[in-house]
Amino acid sequence: MTAFRRCLAGALLFLFLSFGCIQDASALPAFARKYGLRCSACHLAWPVLNDFGMRFRDNGYQLMNEKDAPIWQNNGYWPVTFRITPNWHRESSNKVQVDTAAGAGAGEVQVTSHGYDISGLDFHTGGTLEKNLSFYVLPSSDSTGAFHFETVMGRLDNLFGSTWLNVKLGKFELDNMISEKRILTISNNGGFYQLYHFVPVGDTNVFGQMGDNQLGMEWMGHSFNDHTRVSAALVSSNDGQVGLPNGNSYSGFFTASQAFDAGGLGLQRIGGYAFIGEAPTNTLSLTAPTGEVTATGVPIVSTTPVPGSGFGNKSFSREGFFGLFYVKKFDFDVFYQHGSDDAYFGSATVAGTPLPTGARNPTWNGAFIESHYTWNPQLIFIQRSEWVRMSQQALPTNPSNLGNIDAYTFGYRWYPIMTSRAGFAWHNEYSWVRQRGTSPVTATDLSSSSLMLGFDFDF
Amino acid sequence: MRTRMLSLFVAVAVLALCTASPAQMTQYDEDQRWNTESHIGSLTGHATGAKVTYRRFCVGCHGVIGDGEGENAQWLDPKPRNFTLGQFKCRSTPTGTLPTDEDLYNTIGRGIVNSNMPAWFPLTNQERADLVAYVKHFSSKWTTEKAGQPIEIPAEPEITAERVKAGEGLFKKLECWKCHGVEGRANGPSADTLTDDQNRPIRPFNFHDGSRFKCGTTDQDLFKIFMTGLDGTPMPSFADNVKPEEAWELVMYLRTLQPANPLNTKEKIIAKQLGLKPINPYAAPPAQPESK
Repeated sequence: MTAFRRCLAGALLFLFLSFGCIQDASALPAFARKYGLRCSACHLAWPVLNDFGMRFRDNGYQLMNEKDAPIWQNNGYWPVTFRITPNWHRESSNKVQVDTAAGAGAGEVQVTSHGYDISGLDFHTGGTLEKNLSFYVLPSSDSTGAFHFETVMGRLDNLFGSTWLNVKLGKFELDNMISEKRILTISNNGGFYQLYHFVPVGDTNVFGQMGDNQLGMEWMGHSFNDHTRVSAALVSSNDGQVGLPNGNSYSGFFTASQAFDAGGLGLQRIGGYAFIGEAPTNTLSLTAPTGEVTATGVPIVSTTPVPGSGFGNKSFSREGFFGLFYVKKFDFDVFYQHGSDDAYFGSATVAGTPLPTGARNPTWNGAFIESHYTWNPQLIFIQRSEWVRMSQQALPTNPSNLGNIDAYTFGYRWYPIMTSRAGFAWHNEYSWVRQRGTSPVTATDLSSSSLMLGFDFDF
Repeated sequence: MRTRMLSLFVAVAVLALCTASPAQMTQYDEDQRWNTESHIGSLTGHATGAKVTYRRFCVGCHGVIGDGEGENAQWLDPKPRNFTLGQFKCRSTPTGTLPTDEDLYNTIGRGIVNSNMPAWFPLTNQERADLVAYVKHFSSKWTTEKAGQPIEIPAEPEITAERVKAGEGLFKKLECWKCHGVEGRANGPSADTLTDDQNRPIRPFNFHDGSRFKCGTTDQDLFKIFMTGLDGTPMPSFADNVKPEEAWELVMYLRTLQPANPLNTKEKIIAKQLGLKPINPYAAPPAQPESK
């Protein structure tokens, strides 16, 4: 046997073991354990929800079969799931600022690093406290183990027996029908939707991020079959940060969607959304001695913002439409956004002071299309292309394409086991992003890429 | 030499036939089953169309071969349906007959209350129709028998005090209370002893706490339940003992036992006006007026 044939035989054996021995596949295993349903019942491929999973979520994590309340569960049942992803990844950036002979921080070089790593850790716990009274708490850590609360909410569902009256209070993901928290791509570059976090270059508005979980209150209503959905949320303009760090300002997120049964193709859904609000451009400050002195004995002082004292509110908006289309094993998520920030945000000017000459509201348009091919419930191929284009720069002196983004991601996930007890995925992904004119020294195009292979599992 | 070759040829041929025939029969049977269709209105479901859907949603409980022995079956109560038996609770057809395709389609969409069977109506109509065909393909019964003829359900008569009272009498006479209890709380004297056809413990329906039935929510669904029976369970069909108008009287009385049900208020108002109390099954029947 030649070396080539041995390699070929080995490759075929690997493919057979990888795909030929697929048993049957499986997200929040805590729900799966409670109901005895496989993860594939609620997930297209976990963590992405299918229509059945969306209805389960919209009903307050209830199947509505009169056995949802905890009284029906075994006393030993505790609805907790953890998720973590040990992995190998390679990160590359083409222009990283470094010291050179020309001076400190005067140069740009390409830096590529790779090695074994772990992701952050999520502890999901959610379920019903009683019929139509549910909760979700998600302590989440970064990869060093530093925890914060990603989600904490209580829900009242089906108030007065109506599916149109559901209320949640706490910190939660905005009602994005294409959920970033359930994204299938998880690498450093591809693990989020650019449009959910986009702000123009130099813009100081960090509050309009649809992808960040927000603190607030939401009303959501849906038809009995969940084909029609509407929601409205009032959130604090704190970008989900606890302790009221900014001003007393609020934003609203509104979404509506309608699904259509397209026969053998599946259920198609289209909808629209708007995130409109205002947020502070300035805070009161406090200058105080640090207790240290300079070499010449001069006391060092520092100036810090006073928490909760934000003022000079200015407005922002993000609006657009989305579609979830299914064509048998193919499905496409389409998303469009038009965004606008006030000129004060765009030019990093605090309210009450003069705007730079010619400053105006920065505006942009963006879209992404994410497609999946579900070979079977245990193997899914993923591709996403995303573009953001500035339509108006805040400062007329900026190049028209400054900040434009192109991002491409593809990969696959294979779920070798699929039970109602745990989830495991072999994850393989490559992602590439380029942003125009944002390299740190030369202000030329900055690009980066991520390659990731890992075990993504939850239990 | 020639004879020896001929003998060898015959022996090989016989051996081949012996081994091939059963295999071909099995393959034939399997092919026949994969051709199973369902017809619901203008929809035609195909068993082959539901392979992935079944694997995604159903296999964990009902099992790969549809015998109700999926990986979760051991944790579930009531147990998942064994499709290979071709026996179903929720039918519009007489007891002992196969359900219509529409019956199965409605069950998939409605789910089974008080069980782990969810309402699968987020699936598309076509997916549900395909699943009906897939469920049928597990049992050879569907190749040898036809679905029963749906029973006739006459129009619901007007709710009157007399009918509610007559329903109460039937509740006592038919001994519904023995399982369902005198207040419909599923605590009759026989309740703890009930088993299904596979000798597994089973609970009667609790009218007091429940507002939905396993096989629907409407008065017509309730009518159907006791006129067709829930095959495989101790709940018999009363089609031979109860006339349709009497069945409606029983429906009206049973509704008075459902405080959790926000509907059917007229029956409850009448029950209040009549001062209906839980029946006393051991009380002597009221004395008949002497005929003069």
